[in-house]
Amino acid sequence: MNKAILIDPLDNVATAITDLEAGCRVTVRSELEKKIKTRQSIPFGHKFALRRIKRGEKIIKYGEVIGRATKTIEEGEHVHIHNVESMRGRGDAV
Amino acid sequence: MSTIEKPAKFLGYGRLDGSVGIRNHVAIIPTVCCANEVAKKIAEQVEGTIALPHECGCEVTSQLEIPTRTLIGISRNPNVAAVLFVSLGCETMDCKYVANEVCKSKKPVELIGIQELGGTINAAEKGIRIAQKMVQDVSQIEMKSYDLSALVIATKCGGSDLTSGLAANPAVGLVSDRIVNMGGTVFISETPELMGTEHLLAKRAVNGKVAKRIYEIISWWEQRAKNEGVRFHLITSGNIEGGLTTIEEKSLGAVRKAGSSKIQGVLEYAERPRKKGLFIMNTTGDDLNSNTGMLGGGAQVILFTTGRGSPVGAPIAPVIKITGNPYTYEKMKDNMDINAGTIIEGKETIEEVGIRIFDELLKVASGKKTKSEALGHNEFAIFRDRGHAY
Repeated sequence: MNKAILIDPLDNVATAITDLEAGCRVTVRSELEKKIKTRQSIPFGHKFALRRIKRGEKIIKYGEVIGRATKTIEEGEHVHIHNVESMRGRGDAV
Repeated sequence: MSTIEKPAKFLGYGRLDGSVGIRNHVAIIPTVCCANEVAKKIAEQVEGTIALPHECGCEVTSQLEIPTRTLIGISRNPNVAAVLFVSLGCETMDCKYVANEVCKSKKPVELIGIQELGGTINAAEKGIRIAQKMVQDVSQIEMKSYDLSALVIATKCGGSDLTSGLAANPAVGLVSDRIVNMGGTVFISETPELMGTEHLLAKRAVNGKVAKRIYEIISWWEQRAKNEGVRFHLITSGNIEGGLTTIEEKSLGAVRKAGSSKIQGVLEYAERPRKKGLFIMNTTGDDLNSNTGMLGGGAQVILFTTGRGSPVGAPIAPVIKITGNPYTYEKMKDNMDINAGTIIEGKETIEEVGIRIFDELLKVASGKKTKSEALGHNEFAIFRDRGHAY
């Protein structure tokens, strides 16, 4: 069983499909096979960064924009609501 | 789907308006919420009937359009063989207009009024007699074999998590494509949960007018969140716990259940399409309201994907539950018809699960009861402009 799924080669995040412990080395397949060391535990279904993503940079999944980094995210770091914000329907941010 | 084409037929009930039902319900429908209890009393006494209590029917005139269209649409749904409307008598809903519109489909329709008949007991008595006759009459309709082009499939996701977009929705998407290729009709709804995908959907529109309308309906919901100064919140705590971070991410996973066909048009809530193929119906994002809208548009069955696990059914149509989450399938087997979690586990491909869903769909269309039907899940709500999450 794979431990993580990369949906589109353009993506800068992968999705864990089993609970991953911190420090776990995950092989994520794309054009270049890449080994990522998780920085925290990543629960089933959650995302981690495939490379360093700078603050303000877009998060890409399905080859499409799913949000923006609110702080710099390191390779292998958990990517979720603590470091990503939605860019749509933000009545709270007008 | 790359398999040997099976003889794609199902057994259904032919209706006089040319549509085909996959169920043969006698519906007892209150035209206003004040008639709910009388409708329920009638249904309790007559085997083979189903009551559809709801909260609408006495809105101010400007708010009546959607409830009116919904009552007509639900009653005209091919799964409904006959309709008994129960009116109070003083509601704003024009119950005679509703009954007349349903009569155009040539199915048996009756209307009784509680005030006119003199209260609950008299109305229930008359209703029971009418319903009893209706049940006997419709029981004589023979099931016949029909092509899949007679099917109208609603696709829906509720309680999404990461597996919805990775497993269950892409598998349903293959079924959607197959139904459209066979000349049938597919609905996708929940406009707020299309946000972030409009550029992809617009490219698939049959013409520029449809493409423009796709942008308009999504923008309307987004603007509304902005006008009210709130964060667009159809990303729930359950979605977040399940790994979904933003509405864009949720939407990109959600649209996969509609497959890859051309989009023929954008329908209003509970509007019937005038041709076959894939349609977007403009509905809110919550489950009961969007189910009802698509049933009002004539869908006979709902393919419902759920990562977190939802037990929801519908009163006049079978709901086939598909989960892409192997843990949810184990935990909620009583509610889940199809385990698409095998995709995440690497045991099956999306195509293999798509074939299983298609096979189950054919069985359900020919009468097999889904788990939610067997457990009597008849959740029902009509969209009202206020009091819903968008």
